[in-house]
Amino acid sequence: MTLLLIQIFNGLVNGAFYALLSLGLAVIFGMLRIVNFAHGALYMLGAFTAYAIGERFGIGFWPSLLIAPIAVGIFGVILERLLIRRLYDLPASYNLLLTFGLTLLIQDGVRLIYGISGQPYAPPAQLAGATNLGFIVFPTFRLFAIIVSVVVCVLTWFVIERTRVGAVVRACTENPTITRAFGIDVSLWITAVFGFGAALAGLAGVLAAPIYSVDPLMGSELIITTFAVVVIGGLGSILGSVVTGYAVGVLVAIGSALYPPIANTLIFILMALVLLLRPTGLFGLQEAR
Amino acid sequence: MTTMRSAAALVLLAASGASAQYSAGGIKVGLLTDMNGVYSAISGAGSLKAAEMAADDFMKTNKDFAGKISVVAVDHQNKADIASNKASEMYDRMDVDAIFDTVNSACALATSAVAASKKKVFINTGAGTSELTNEKCNKYTFHYAYDNYMLASGTGTAITKRGGKTWYMIYPNYAFGQNLERQMRAAVEKNGGKLVAPSEATPFPNTDFSSYLLKAQSLKPQVFGTMQAGADLVNVVKQYNEFGLKKQNIGLAIGLLFESDVAALGQDAYQGAIATVPWFWNVDDKATQWSRKFEKAFGKKPTFDQAAVYSAVTQYLDAIKRAKTDDADKVIAQLEGHKFNDFFAHNGEIRKQDHRGILDVYQVQVKPKSEAKEDGDYYKEIAKTPAADAFTPLSESKCKMAQ
Repeated sequence: MTLLLIQIFNGLVNGAFYALLSLGLAVIFGMLRIVNFAHGALYMLGAFTAYAIGERFGIGFWPSLLIAPIAVGIFGVILERLLIRRLYDLPASYNLLLTFGLTLLIQDGVRLIYGISGQPYAPPAQLAGATNLGFIVFPTFRLFAIIVSVVVCVLTWFVIERTRVGAVVRACTENPTITRAFGIDVSLWITAVFGFGAALAGLAGVLAAPIYSVDPLMGSELIITTFAVVVIGGLGSILGSVVTGYAVGVLVAIGSALYPPIANTLIFILMALVLLLRPTGLFGLQEAR
Repeated sequence: MTTMRSAAALVLLAASGASAQYSAGGIKVGLLTDMNGVYSAISGAGSLKAAEMAADDFMKTNKDFAGKISVVAVDHQNKADIASNKASEMYDRMDVDAIFDTVNSACALATSAVAASKKKVFINTGAGTSELTNEKCNKYTFHYAYDNYMLASGTGTAITKRGGKTWYMIYPNYAFGQNLERQMRAAVEKNGGKLVAPSEATPFPNTDFSSYLLKAQSLKPQVFGTMQAGADLVNVVKQYNEFGLKKQNIGLAIGLLFESDVAALGQDAYQGAIATVPWFWNVDDKATQWSRKFEKAFGKKPTFDQAAVYSAVTQYLDAIKRAKTDDADKVIAQLEGHKFNDFFAHNGEIRKQDHRGILDVYQVQVKPKSEAKEDGDYYKEIAKTPAADAFTPLSESKCKMAQ
C-alpha cells in the first residue's frame, strides 16, 4: 500500500511536466488552431538557456527560472510573427511541416553549439538533497517542481476563465471578426498567446534541467507523451490538459512499478480508448475544429 | 583531403604499375558509424579523426605505403537496415577493403552479415554485443576492444569481491541490455553475490527512472546496477544522486561507461561508481602520449572507442603489410592468432578460434573532481584483469569456428 502511495506521489512529478507542456499546447491550439510540434524544442531551449546563462554569466537557477521562460517566450513571439502567422489560412498539413521542421532546425542548431551529449545542471543549493515526508524520502527539488507546476496551472486557468484578459482571449478564439469590431487588436493577442505558450514550455525546461539529462533531444522524448496527453484531455481544453497531465504521470508511475514493460504503452492504450469512445477527448467540446 | 589522397594513390598506381596487389584505389579504410546521433560523441567525427591519424602515421613509418591508404566515413544513423545497405555499398561501390567501428549492436550485427556474404573484412570496435564472436561469429568478422561479457564479468566480479554482495539491477529492454544483464547477474552469482529482487526491464529510451530508484530505496541493496547506456545512463545517474542513494550506502555499478557520459554530468555525480573499460586516456604514459596528440588534432580527449579505432586500423594495415596484399582471406590469415602490444592493447591477441581481440582490461572507479589533475581525469584504476581472464573462455564460446 505504501509502495502504491509512493508511486502515485512520484507520478505527480512527471505529471507536473506533462501538465505544463500540454497546458502550453492547449492555450496555443485554443487561440491559433495550430498544433505546435515545436513545443518539445522550446522546452529544450528553456533548459539550455538556463544552462547557457549559468555557464557564460554565472547566473544561477533562481534568476534563470524567470529569465529562461521570458527568453523562450520572446523567441516564440518572433517565430509567430515571422513564420507561424503565415499558417492561419493554409491547410493543416502545412502546420505539421512547419512546426516539425522548426523542431529539427532548433535541435540541430543547439547541437552545433553544444554537441549531442548531455550538459550538467545542478539544482540550487536550497533545494538540493532530500526531504523526509514521513512515508517517503523525496528529492526536495522534485517537490518544488510539483508546487511550481500546480501554481502556474491554476493561475493560467484563473486568468483565462475568470479575468478580463481571459475574456478577451476567449473572445478572440470564439469570433475574431466581432472581437475586432470592438476595437481589439486580435493579431496582437494571438502573438501574445503564442509567446505565453512558448514561455510555459521554457519554464518546464528550466524545471527539468536539474532532473533530466540536458541534451538537444530531451524535448523530442517528452513531446510524444505530451501529445497523447493533449489528445486524451481534449484538444484546446485547458482544464482537460492539466488534469490529464497529472493523471497520466501517475498512471505511468504505477505502471512502471507494477509491470515496467507496459508503462509507456499504457498512455497510448488509454489514448486509443478515448479516441474510440469519446473522440473529442475527456474534456473536449464538440466544437473542436 | 580524401579525394586528394585517392588522386595521389591513383597517380602512384599508374606510375609504379607494379602495385597491382592492392585493389582499385589503393587501400581504403571505411568507418560505418553514428555520425550525428546519440552515439556520435563516443564515436562519430572523433573515430574518423582516429582512423585518419592511423592511416597517416602508418604511411609515414612505411614509406612504400605513402599515398596508398585513404579513409571514408559513412553514417549508419543507428538503423540496422541502413547499416546493411551502406555496408554493401561501401564494399561494392566505394571499394572499401575493411569496415570499422559500427557503434550500436544492431548495426554491427547487420554489417557482420554483409561482410560474410561479400567476403570482406569487418572489425567492430564500437558495439558491445558478444553475439559477434559467439552465435553470429563468422570468418570475416572481428571484435576489438570491449564486449558485454568483459564488461559484466569484470564489473560484477570486482564489486562482489569488494564486498558488494546484494544487488538490484535495471536494464534497458532491448538486445544490448538483456544480454548485459544476464551476464552481469551470472558474474555476481558466481562470486557469491545475490539479487535482492528480480532485475527490472525499463522502457528504451526512457527519461524517468524514479520508480526504480524508489524501489531501490526500500530494497536497500549494497549495489544498484544500471545497464543503461548513453543518455539513458546520464538520466539514471542524475536521478540516483537526486534520490540520495549514495548517502543511503547504495553503491553504483555501471554496465557500460563512456568518457562522454561522465562529462555530461560532471565527475562528482559519478564519484565512487565502478565500471570496466578496455582503456582510458591516461592509463599509462604511452596512452597519455597518444591522447595528447589526438587532443591536439581533434580538440577533445579520445574515448576508448576512438582509441580502439586507431589501434584496429593500425593492426589491419600491419596485417596487409605482412600479407603483401589487401586480399581479405590473406589478410585474415595474418590477423588470426596475431599477438601484439600497442598504446591501446596490452597483451593483445586476436584469437584465431572466434576472432575475439583480447587485451588486459581495467576496473575503474570515478574519482571526485577534487582529485582530478586536469579536465577529463576521471578514472582511478582499482584492478586489472589479464587478457586471458577478461573475455569469454574459448571453452564456453558458442562460435562454430571455435568448436
